[in-house]
Amino acid sequence: MEAIKKHIHRIPYRTYIVVWLVLLALTAILVLASELFHEALAVWAMLVLTPIKAGLVFFFFMHLKYEKTTLKALVFMTLGLLVMVIALFFLDISYR
Amino acid sequence: MSDPIPVSLPVQTGKHKDYEGAKLGMWLFLFTEIVLFGGLFILYSVYRSVYPADFHEGGRHLNAAIGIANTVILLTSSLTMALSIAAIQRGNRKLSVGCLSVTIVFGAVFLINKYIEWSGEIQKGFFPDLPELLAQSHGIQLFFGLYYSVTGLHGLHILAGIILLTVMLIWLVRGKISQSDFNRLENSGLYWHLVDVIWIFLLPLFYLAA
Repeated sequence: MEAIKKHIHRIPYRTYIVVWLVLLALTAILVLASELFHEALAVWAMLVLTPIKAGLVFFFFMHLKYEKTTLKALVFMTLGLLVMVIALFFLDISYR
Repeated sequence: MSDPIPVSLPVQTGKHKDYEGAKLGMWLFLFTEIVLFGGLFILYSVYRSVYPADFHEGGRHLNAAIGIANTVILLTSSLTMALSIAAIQRGNRKLSVGCLSVTIVFGAVFLINKYIEWSGEIQKGFFPDLPELLAQSHGIQLFFGLYYSVTGLHGLHILAGIILLTVMLIWLVRGKISQSDFNRLENSGLYWHLVDVIWIFLLPLFYLAA
């Protein structure tokens, strides 16, 4: 019974609406940053804000926040692997 | 887990259902999608670091307004998708059907915008192998090659999502998806949200690149 109750984890409608508003606000900041700031600053805004936006979708819309540790670990391992491969690629091309 | 499952739960259909297994399976599929698009992002990053000025210039040829509008559309469709699942969990079928229908309409509007956007680019001659693009520098040609393949592959995912969500809508209306059995809607929602996450990365890579 406990497992079934856990499965039907009800997230309030309001939470989703707040997350959506934050996502829209972050998008607005990102667009403004690319218009107004220097390129270096705009790139930093992108590198910081884009993963935050993706994280909000993963954690709230995709309920990752309420999932078991095993599933969370699998997601982080996949993303970690991708980040490592990207890092290795950049190590490779920057020392050619 | 060892407790008996009440009769009111999906077991009454006579079929064994493993919700945790189904969800894990969906996530495993999503991992393959992450790696698929991840590979394309690596390709983009490497070429961008080789041709920084050309990629900057390439981004200026794109219609940023449509890119931003499509971002707002997809983010909002993700909200209605999540609300549709939340509604069926509470037994509110009407709200669930309404939210899911809006999600599908948003998906279609996204593709219509994509059609308008691509038509504009192609009319300007910015399409692989057209003389206007061949006259541009090597980096700009690479930028547009990546632009069409990545946003095109993403567009195909939106199309697949629309078909998937339409099937879910039919099941929802017919009662095959209900308050006690909504796992398929939830897993379809996971797919839709991931397609949204991929777009979240495409916006700065292509449209805000200038």
